[in-house]
Amino acid sequence: MSTPREPLWEVFVRSRRGLNHVHVGSLHAPDAEMALRNARDVYTRRQEGVSLWVVPAAAITASSPEERDAFFDPAADKIYRHPTFYDVPEGVEHL
Amino acid sequence: MYGNDFTAPDGPRPAPSAGPGDAPPEPASFLAVLAEGGRVEPRDEMPEAYRRTLVRQIAQHAHSEIIGMQPEGNWISRAPSLRRKGILMAKVQDEAGHGLYLYAAAETLGVDRADLLDQLHDGRQKYSSIFNYPTLTWADMGAIGWLVDGAAIVNQVPLCRCSFGPYARAMVRVCKEESFHQRQGFEILHTLSHGTPAQKAMAQDAVDRYWWPSLMMFGPPDDDSPNSAKSMAWGIKRFSNDELRQRFIDMTVPQAEVLGLTLPDPDLRWNEERGHYDHGPIDFTELFEVIKGNGPCNKERMAHRVRAHEDGAWVRGAAAAYAAKHEQEHVA
Repeated sequence: MSTPREPLWEVFVRSRRGLNHVHVGSLHAPDAEMALRNARDVYTRRQEGVSLWVVPAAAITASSPEERDAFFDPAADKIYRHPTFYDVPEGVEHL
Repeated sequence: MYGNDFTAPDGPRPAPSAGPGDAPPEPASFLAVLAEGGRVEPRDEMPEAYRRTLVRQIAQHAHSEIIGMQPEGNWISRAPSLRRKGILMAKVQDEAGHGLYLYAAAETLGVDRADLLDQLHDGRQKYSSIFNYPTLTWADMGAIGWLVDGAAIVNQVPLCRCSFGPYARAMVRVCKEESFHQRQGFEILHTLSHGTPAQKAMAQDAVDRYWWPSLMMFGPPDDDSPNSAKSMAWGIKRFSNDELRQRFIDMTVPQAEVLGLTLPDPDLRWNEERGHYDHGPIDFTELFEVIKGNGPCNKERMAHRVRAHEDGAWVRGAAAAYAAKHEQEHVA
């Protein structure tokens, strides 16, 4: 009998005091329910979190490292997006 | 628990030791990441030989975690107290988890876990030599925790700074859990060596049997380790086999004194001049025999692993069929 394929799942955990889910790793499981159960055992054995997401790895699209400079460039040349860009006269408070 | 990358001197040489002349040039972006001490990530450019070396090393590390569950699993049903049994089960569960983290790290290099397991099962990939030794008494659980996991930590802490990001991140997680393993092993031996004379003798016997195999876990001496130079240049390895072995010995000797146990090496003594412990010669022929498959438990370990895989085929098939059926319900 040939080995059935178990798809890859990416696992995200939100810690007890964490504000957002953080990627912690991946695992193989036949379906989402098994992926969730295995993620519970593997990634939260020591109370690492209170919420788990599992996502089929095939559902994720990643940005390409070759295009990194061009892709993320707009942030660097628009310094006016940062509040520190603006001059505030002396003595103005709560701004 | 443990992974390393070495072969017996007359075994087949791993691919990357091909001469420098026939290797294609290493991509500039890859060299730049290494030069600035950065991390190589899965989608970055990397030399094919770097990728292959990492696949082999990470996979063999993963296999070691999986096979390493057997020697300790051997004592779960015979642990001397409920507390010890609970601890041992938690430890073996951690090792399954370590295997999983490592297979996941290997897969970021474009390989498939099922293929890696096939390679383990038909002998194309190896696992750590240490798991081919039998666990004959309860005290072996202590010696494995203290010495084997201790050696693993010394080897793995530098891997947390390995140049390949997914491997380094997996090792951070593994190292935290490994400290639990080492301390529980130390506690077992400490309890035994401060117990009855029979318990102390059992602890000493376990240390006597596991000391030399633990030192061999660091691999062949530096002048007989063909892959080391390349692995160090690529930032996969940070210290040589002999450096790590010496570090392990230096930290272990004082711990043995606290345990009240001796290490089975008459030449072991502090060298004021070097600031290290000198030790007796290590018989590496034994290591190479074990790597070649001729250790005490090689056949048993593999037979057990292959049997579990084959006997479990129908369960995996059932899970896949169930998933496929519910996938259709989802669509409908």
